[in-house]
Amino acid sequence: MTLLLSVCVGSVSIPFSTTISVIWRGIWGLPLPQGTATAILLTSRLPRVLAVMLVGASLSLCGGAMQGLLKNPLADGSTLGVSSGASLGAVTAIAFGITIPKLPFAGTMVMAMVFAFCSLLIILGLAYKLDFSLSTNTIILIGVIFSMFASSVMSIIITFSGEKLRSITFWTMGSLQGASYTSVLVVLIALVLFGGIILLHARELNAFAVGEENARHVGVNVRRVKLIILIAVSGLIGVCVSIGGTIGFVGLVTPHMVRLLVGPNHKRLLPASVFGGGIFLMLSDLIARTLLNPKELPIGVVTSIIGAVAFVYIYGASRKGR
Amino acid sequence: MLRVENLTVSYGDLTILNNVSFSVEPGEWLMIVGPNGAGKSTLINAVTGGVPARGTVLYEGKNARAMKPHELARGIGVLAQSHFVGYSFSVEEVVRLGRYAYAPTIFSSHSGEEDAVKKALEQTGLYAQRRQSVLTLSGGELQRTFLAQTFAQDPKLLLLDEPTNHLDLVYQKQVFELIRAWLQKEGRAVISVVHDLSLARAYGTRALLLDRGCVVADGPMEQVFTDEILNRVYRMDVRDWMSRMLAQWKEA
Repeated sequence: MTLLLSVCVGSVSIPFSTTISVIWRGIWGLPLPQGTATAILLTSRLPRVLAVMLVGASLSLCGGAMQGLLKNPLADGSTLGVSSGASLGAVTAIAFGITIPKLPFAGTMVMAMVFAFCSLLIILGLAYKLDFSLSTNTIILIGVIFSMFASSVMSIIITFSGEKLRSITFWTMGSLQGASYTSVLVVLIALVLFGGIILLHARELNAFAVGEENARHVGVNVRRVKLIILIAVSGLIGVCVSIGGTIGFVGLVTPHMVRLLVGPNHKRLLPASVFGGGIFLMLSDLIARTLLNPKELPIGVVTSIIGAVAFVYIYGASRKGR
Repeated sequence: MLRVENLTVSYGDLTILNNVSFSVEPGEWLMIVGPNGAGKSTLINAVTGGVPARGTVLYEGKNARAMKPHELARGIGVLAQSHFVGYSFSVEEVVRLGRYAYAPTIFSSHSGEEDAVKKALEQTGLYAQRRQSVLTLSGGELQRTFLAQTFAQDPKLLLLDEPTNHLDLVYQKQVFELIRAWLQKEGRAVISVVHDLSLARAYGTRALLLDRGCVVADGPMEQVFTDEILNRVYRMDVRDWMSRMLAQWKEA
């Protein structure tokens, strides 16, 4: 429903029946009706809404997994520092005009993914060097320090970016404006692959959420599981950041909302977070597109505002409920 | 059942455990006692691989360090002294985690899980509270929940690290009686770190007395709990102190 609503509503409103008809015909390869509506729907709005939905689902899933793994309700994908690393990669690509021959759009994406992966290697390498057991506190601490470092380097690049400043700033605020079907496919593959790995570890995440020491006592291979989850989360975050920029609060707030509805058991929490994150980001994107029509707000700004207010409300409600 | 040989734990120049050796056989309840800083909790952690240690830990003749975590968990269960659960899991969800070792992958069979969880909840008197959030439990109920988890894990050897440290007398008795009942089944053994010498004496079948990381005495309770040994290790007249405590109750 949210998907259809998001596709129908925008600077140009398209009737519900036309939307259904165009999408249905598009899926089955039937002849499409001519007109602006079809063009807007299929070339601009549908890929964008699909990308938004998948990015929201992915970020929310990563947040849910990190909150369980680190037993910390304030954790999300960005806690690890990978998100900042990916942003640094993308900003570098924009500032220096790095592109891939024949695939000019993929420069930012590939650089973000490469930097996300390198960030993970640096963070885990440092954590391993300082603390053999890879304790969650060490990982959080190094993640925070790495984020600060990456942000500083990013600031230096932005300072010298000249006329690219505007596009960098807009990108860092998060935007899925120009999302294509290629982007949709890339996020879908990442969500199926990395998200699948995370979903398969729901029992282990339950054990971590109860306590890492307890997880070890009941027989969880804590180091191996932690590495698998961290790699899956950073892979997924890297892809999302490369496509949508830094979109804050989705990974932090959605799992909290969902936890109030379905409880903390990751067997229910993770799939529900996937749905919740998709819906949350589609609604945020809808607001971003329509609130100041014809101007458009960066989606990251909308999620942060809604997220901050919602978070205070949820936190207050959960404290009262205890 | 468990053989520990020359276990040494050190952080830089600081040695916490120094060449500690002991063994436990089925039917025994080994009490690890000693003053603060003797290395009692570190010993439990080192046996389960929680801290890096030198030496050998053999469980049923196999090197415990080389065993897969879920294989080891089927043999050895651990009950920590306190727990902080951040999310509102139900009692049953926490107890169910005890069965992880029997189905470590999603492709493993979960047969027997329901019966084991139900039995563990009933044994610990938590069946009626199984849907209650662990965040709303008292300290004693929470400790019983984690004891139920270790019962569901169905290990042969139970390691307890000061299991009743934060509990009042009623819960102390409850937890120790539950463990004593659990030990009755053939082929099981318990090792527990205990501060309270009266509790150690009342429930233990053997004692391992540690002081500054070294074994001072190891043997049946009456051989370890002698005036000479206890006074030397605790640097006070233990019997006199205990007698004075008891006398106050008698006078009252």
